Amino acid sequence: MLNSTRNFVSSDMETAPLLEVRNLSTYYVSASGTRIVRAVDDVSFSLRAGETLGIVGESGSGKSTLALTLMRVLPPAAQIVSGAMRLEGEDLVGKSENEMQHIRGKRIAMILQDPMASLNPLFSIGDQVGETLRQHEGASRRSAWQQAIGLLKSVRIPAAETRVTQYPHEMSGGMRQRIVGAIGISCEPRVLIADEPTTSLDLTIQAQYLNLLDELRKEHGIGLIFITHNLGIVAKMCDQLVVMYAGRVVESGPVRQVFNAPAHPYTAALLSSIPRMSNRRKRLIAIDGQPPDMSNLPPGCAFASRCPAVFERCRNEAPPVFTPAPGHTARCWRSAPEMAGSVAMSVGALS
Amino acid sequence: MSVTTIPAALPMRTRTARMTDVPIIPSAILAIAVVVAIFADFLAPHDPQVGLLTARFKPPFWMTGGSTNHLFGTDQLGRDVLSRLIFGTRVSLVVGFTAVIFAGAVGTTLGIVSGYLGGWVDQVIMRVTDAWLALPALTFAIFLAAVVGPSEMNIVIILGLVYWTRYARIVRGEVLSLKEREFVRLAIVAGCSKWTIMWRHIMPNVINSSIVLATLMLGIVIITEASLSFLGVGVPPPKPAWGVMLSDGKQGLMVGYWWLTVMPGTCIMLLVLAANLLGDWLRVKLDPQLRQL
Repeated sequence: MLNSTRNFVSSDMETAPLLEVRNLSTYYVSASGTRIVRAVDDVSFSLRAGETLGIVGESGSGKSTLALTLMRVLPPAAQIVSGAMRLEGEDLVGKSENEMQHIRGKRIAMILQDPMASLNPLFSIGDQVGETLRQHEGASRRSAWQQAIGLLKSVRIPAAETRVTQYPHEMSGGMRQRIVGAIGISCEPRVLIADEPTTSLDLTIQAQYLNLLDELRKEHGIGLIFITHNLGIVAKMCDQLVVMYAGRVVESGPVRQVFNAPAHPYTAALLSSIPRMSNRRKRLIAIDGQPPDMSNLPPGCAFASRCPAVFERCRNEAPPVFTPAPGHTARCWRSAPEMAGSVAMSVGALS
Repeated sequence: MSVTTIPAALPMRTRTARMTDVPIIPSAILAIAVVVAIFADFLAPHDPQVGLLTARFKPPFWMTGGSTNHLFGTDQLGRDVLSRLIFGTRVSLVVGFTAVIFAGAVGTTLGIVSGYLGGWVDQVIMRVTDAWLALPALTFAIFLAAVVGPSEMNIVIILGLVYWTRYARIVRGEVLSLKEREFVRLAIVAGCSKWTIMWRHIMPNVINSSIVLATLMLGIVIITEASLSFLGVGVPPPKPAWGVMLSDGKQGLMVGYWWLTVMPGTCIMLLVLAANLLGDWLRVKLDPQLRQL
C-alpha cells in the first residue's frame, strides 16, 4: 500500500486528478472477527476538477460506504484495509482524525442522503449555514451570518435576508435541500460528494436541484461525486460513470461510452431496466435473482449467478480489470482481450 | 402562610395543553413560595430562631388560647410557627433548586458524553449509573450525610450525587437516537469536532427532557431534604427547615399540638404537588407525541 502511495507522488502534478482513489478496500468486520463484509473492494477511480463522476449500483453495493470512506467517517466496525486516496496529491488514508476535521467540510464536503433531516431543528438557518465557516475559517458569528446570506443567494433562495433568521420547520423541502447545498459549498470545497440527494424530493424539485448542483460545479470548479441509483440522472449530469456491484467497480468510463457500449452485462441490464416510452408494450426487464451475500461472496464473479451471459470461467475465477477501450474499464471475462468480439454479441442478446 | 388558603379543588387537566394554559394553581403556589423565600425577612412577623419560653405551645389564632400575634401558634420553644414556615420556604427552595440544577448539570453532561462517545466511556458511566441506582436513594443520602456532616451546602451536594443518575440514563437514551440523526451526520461531515457536536448540536436537543425531569425531580428533592432534616442529618437544627419542624413537632402530635406537624407537612405537600403538576404539564407540553395541536 505504501509503495503504491509513493508512486502517485512522482506523477506529474499538472495533470494529476483532484481526487484519486487506488485499490481502495473497506471491510466491515463483525465483533467476533468471523464475518467480514467487503463493502468496498479494490475500488479505483479518479476525479478531475470541474468534472462530475456518477457512482451507481443497487442498494447494498457499497456506494454509501465508499462515500463514508472518502470522508473518513466510517462507523467503528468498518475499516480501510488497503488502498490509497489522494486529494490534490495529498494522502487521506494516513491522516489523523484531527487533520481530517480540517479537511472535512473545507476541502471535501458532502450532501447527505436525506437533506430534509440534515438541519438541526433548533438553530436558525443563518447559524447553520455559517457554522462550517466559523469552524474552518475562524469567521466571527457576525461575518459568518453575512456570508450565510450570500450563500443562500448563491443557491437561489429568495429573500435571503429574512430566510437566515428562520428555522428549518419554516422551509419547504426544496428550500431545505438548497440550504444543505449551501452548507456543502460554504467553504468552497474542491470535492463535493452528493449521496442520493434527490431521493426524498418531488420530481420538479429534483430537476431544479440537479441544475443548481451543476451550476455550482461550473461556477466553483468543484469535482462532483454523484451517488445515485437513477441512471437517468447520471445520463444528464455526469461525465464519468462508475458502476458498483457487490462492493466492486464492475465497469467505469465516460458516461457516453458506457451507455452506448456497456462492457459489463450488469451495466447492460441496468440500462435496459430503465422504463422507456418507446416500448410501452414490452414488459420491463428485471435482473433475476438477488445480489449475493456480501459476507460470503462466490469464488468467481459476484454477478455470475444472475448474469445472462455467464460461462464456466465466470463461476470459478474472479475477473480482473480489463480495458475494452481507452479510459473504459470492466471486470468481466467477456472484456478479456482473447474474447474480443463477443462483447457486442452478449450485450446485443440482452437488449 | 397564604398558600394554605387555596381551595382544594384543582382544575381538570385537559389533554389539549397549549402554552397559554399554564396550570394556574401549581404555578401560583410556586410563584408565591419563591416570593416568600426571597422576602422572608420582611414577611416573617417574628425571629424564627428566638422563642419566648413563657409562650410555648400557643395554638393557632382561631383556637381558644390563640392570638393574632402568633397566627399559626408557637412551638415547644415558644418560636413563632408562621415565621419558621416562611424561613423554611427559603431553605426548601434554595436546597431544592440548587440540588436539582447540580444533579441536572452532572447527569446531563455525563449522559451526553456517555451516549455520544459510546464504547468504554459509555460502559464505565452506565455501569456506575447502574450501581448507583441499585442503592436506595434515602439510605445512600443518610450515609453520605453521616460522612460529610450536616450543613445546607452538603445537603445540596448529597442530593446532587444521589439523583444525577436519573438524568444520565434518560439523556443518554435520547442522545443515542439523536446521534443517528442526519443533522449530526452533517455536522460530522462538515468537520465539527466531537465536543462541538455534543455542545452545539446534541445538548440543545436534550435540554428539554432535562428540564422536564428537573421539574419532576424538584418535588422528590424537596421531600428528600425534608426527610433528611427530619432524621437529623439534614439542615442543622437552629435553622428552620420544614423537615426539622416536623421532627420537632412529632412528640407534640399525640398530646394535641397538631399544628406543629400539620403546618409544615401541608407546606411540603403543597410545594411538592405544585412541582409535580407543573412537571407533568411540561412533560406533555414538550413531548411532541403527547402534544395535540
